[in-house]
Amino acid sequence: MKIAVLVKQVADTAARIELLPDDSGVKLDGVQMVLNPYDEFAVEEAIKIKEQKGGEVVVFNIGPVSADEAVKTALAMGCERAVVLRDDAAAGLDACGIAEALSQMIKREEFDLVLCGKQAVDSDTHQVGPALAEKLGFPAATFITSCAAGDDSVVVGRDAEGITETLELKYPALLSCQKGLNEPRYPSLPGIMQAARKPKDTLTLADLGMEPRSKVVVKGYSTPPPRAEGKVLTGEIPDQVKELVQLLRNEARAV
Amino acid sequence: MDFELNEQQRIIRKMVRDFATNEITPLADDLDRNKEFPADILKKAAALSLLGVRVPPEYGGAGLDMLSYIIVLEEIAYACASTAVILSVHNTLGNGTIMKYGTDAQKEAWLPRTATGEKLGAYLLTEPGAGSDAASLATKAEKVADGWRVNGSKAFITNGAHCGCGILYAVTDSAAGTKGISAFVLDMQSEGVSSGPEEKKMGLNASSTTMISLEDVIIPEENLLGEEGRGFNIAMEMLNAGRIGIAAQSLGIARAALDEAIRYSAEREQFGKPINRFQSIQWHLTDMATDVEASRLLTYRAAVDYEAGKTIIKEAAMAKLFASRTAVNCAEKAVQVHGGYGYIKEYKVERLFRDARVTEIYEGTSEVQRMVIARQLG
Repeated sequence: MKIAVLVKQVADTAARIELLPDDSGVKLDGVQMVLNPYDEFAVEEAIKIKEQKGGEVVVFNIGPVSADEAVKTALAMGCERAVVLRDDAAAGLDACGIAEALSQMIKREEFDLVLCGKQAVDSDTHQVGPALAEKLGFPAATFITSCAAGDDSVVVGRDAEGITETLELKYPALLSCQKGLNEPRYPSLPGIMQAARKPKDTLTLADLGMEPRSKVVVKGYSTPPPRAEGKVLTGEIPDQVKELVQLLRNEARAV
Repeated sequence: MDFELNEQQRIIRKMVRDFATNEITPLADDLDRNKEFPADILKKAAALSLLGVRVPPEYGGAGLDMLSYIIVLEEIAYACASTAVILSVHNTLGNGTIMKYGTDAQKEAWLPRTATGEKLGAYLLTEPGAGSDAASLATKAEKVADGWRVNGSKAFITNGAHCGCGILYAVTDSAAGTKGISAFVLDMQSEGVSSGPEEKKMGLNASSTTMISLEDVIIPEENLLGEEGRGFNIAMEMLNAGRIGIAAQSLGIARAALDEAIRYSAEREQFGKPINRFQSIQWHLTDMATDVEASRLLTYRAAVDYEAGKTIIKEAAMAKLFASRTAVNCAEKAVQVHGGYGYIKEYKVERLFRDARVTEIYEGTSEVQRMVIARQLG
C-alpha cells in the first residue's frame, strides 16, 4: 500500500503565545515548535497500516525550513521518505491554497490512502483535509477514531459528537484523524538516527506550476479580552438557583 | 561557538522528554515511596534503545554522540533521578567500559545483550574499605588454570540486585600497588556471586544499591578486560565519562527543582500577592536559574569535548563538582520556596532534596573532584 501522510509544524500548545508588536502575527521566536499532535495520530496509523499490509509511507509537508524537524520526527517514527514544499511565496497561503499545493504534490504518485490530522492546533481551520480530498477527487472521512484497512477499502469509525458513524471508503481515500485513534509511538533513538538518511524531495511552487493564490486573507490578530472575575452568588439556595438560571440565560447566553 | 543543539539533538530531547513525562513522571513518587525498581520503565526504555545509547549499531545500540546521551540522562533525571542513575551506570560505566577496552570478541559476547537491556550493567569498584582511596582494593583475583579465582566484596553497587554484567576491579598482583589491579567482565550469574540486602538510602529509592559478595568466583581467561595490571587506569579513565553522566543527572534534578519553585511561587499567595513578587523569592529563583545555566554549559561542553576526543579530566571534574553542588543548592532552595509544603512528601521537591544529596558523593566525592582539578591546574 502507498500511504501519504500530511504533517505540519506548529507551536507547542503548552507554550505561552504573544503577538508580534504590530499585531501582524504570532511571535514564534524562541517558542518550542512540535509536530502537530493530530498529525501524530495520522503518522502512527499510517505506519501501523504499512506494518500490517506492506508498502510505504510518504510524509508531505509545506512550511519553512525549520519544519524539517517535524518531517524528521515523522521519518524517525517509521515513514520511508518525505516530499516537502519550501517556498517563501507559500508562507501566506490559506487552507485552500495549501490544499491545492498538496494535491499537486500528491498527484505526482499514486497513493491508496492520504492520512492527516483533523486540524492543525495553530490555525484550527479543519479545512485542509476535506479541501484536499475534494481536489484529489477522493472520498473522505473526518475525525476518525478507528481504522481497519482492507484490500480494496478501509472501514473507519467517525466521531460525530456522541455517536460513532461507521463508514467504508474505497481506495483511494482520505482520512482525517481524531484523538483516540491510537497511541503514537515514540521515535526510537535508531529511528531518529536513520531519519537523517531517508530521501527528502524538496519542491517549489514553480515545480508544481502553481501561483500562490489565497482566497482568504488574514487582516490582523488580536488577543481575546481577559477573563472577568467570577461572580459569587449569595442568599437562600432556591433564590441563588433562580438568579443563576437568569444570568446563564441573559448574561452568559449559555442556556 | 554554536551553543544550539542541532536538529537531531532537539528531536532526541523531545522524544525523551515526552517519554519521561508520560511513562516516568506519573510513577516516580510511588517508585520512591515503595522503593520499587522501575523494571517496566526500563523495558519500555530498552525498546527505544535507551539502554544502548552509545553502543554501535552493529552491536544493537543507537551509536549516539556524547552530547545526545547527556541530554537523554538529563531529561530522564528531570522526571526521576533513580531511573537516571540506573541508566547512567549501565550505559557509561557498563557498556562504555566494554566499548572502550573490550576486544572484538568481548564486545560481540556482551554488547548485544546489554544494549537491548537483556543484561543490566554494574560497576564493581568500591569496597567497604576502598571508597575515595580506590587504589586500596582488597578484592583478590588469584590466577588459576583457565582464568582467575576471585574473592572479596564490593559496596554500594548500583543495580546490585538486578545486574547481569558487571565490570569488576580486583587485585591480580598485590605487590604492584595500583599497577596490580586488573579489570574483568563478570557474568553476574556466575557461581559464588551474590548480592546483599538493599541499602536503605536517603534518596534514589528506586535504584537498587547493594553489597556484592564474591566467593571463589571463577572468571574465565577471556573475560580479562584490557591488559593485566591496567585496571586502575581503566577505572580512572571511565570515571571521566561517568562524571559527565552524573553532571547530567544533577542538571536534570536542578532544573526540576527550579521549575517546581517557579511554578509554586507564581501560584502561592501571601500578603495579598503571589510570593514571586517578593525580592527574597525572586533572588532565590535567580540564583538557581543562573547556576542551572552554568551547570548546563559546563556539562554540555565537557560532553562535546569528550566526543571530539579531547582530554577532559579537568572539564569533567568541574562539571560534576559544579552541577552536583547546584543540584543540592537548587533542591534546598526549592524546598524553602515551598515553605511548609516543601517538607511534605506529596510535593516533588521533598524527593528532589533527598535525591540530590548523593550527587556530591558518588562517582568521586566533591573533595576528589577538587583533587583532580587541582592536579590539572599544575
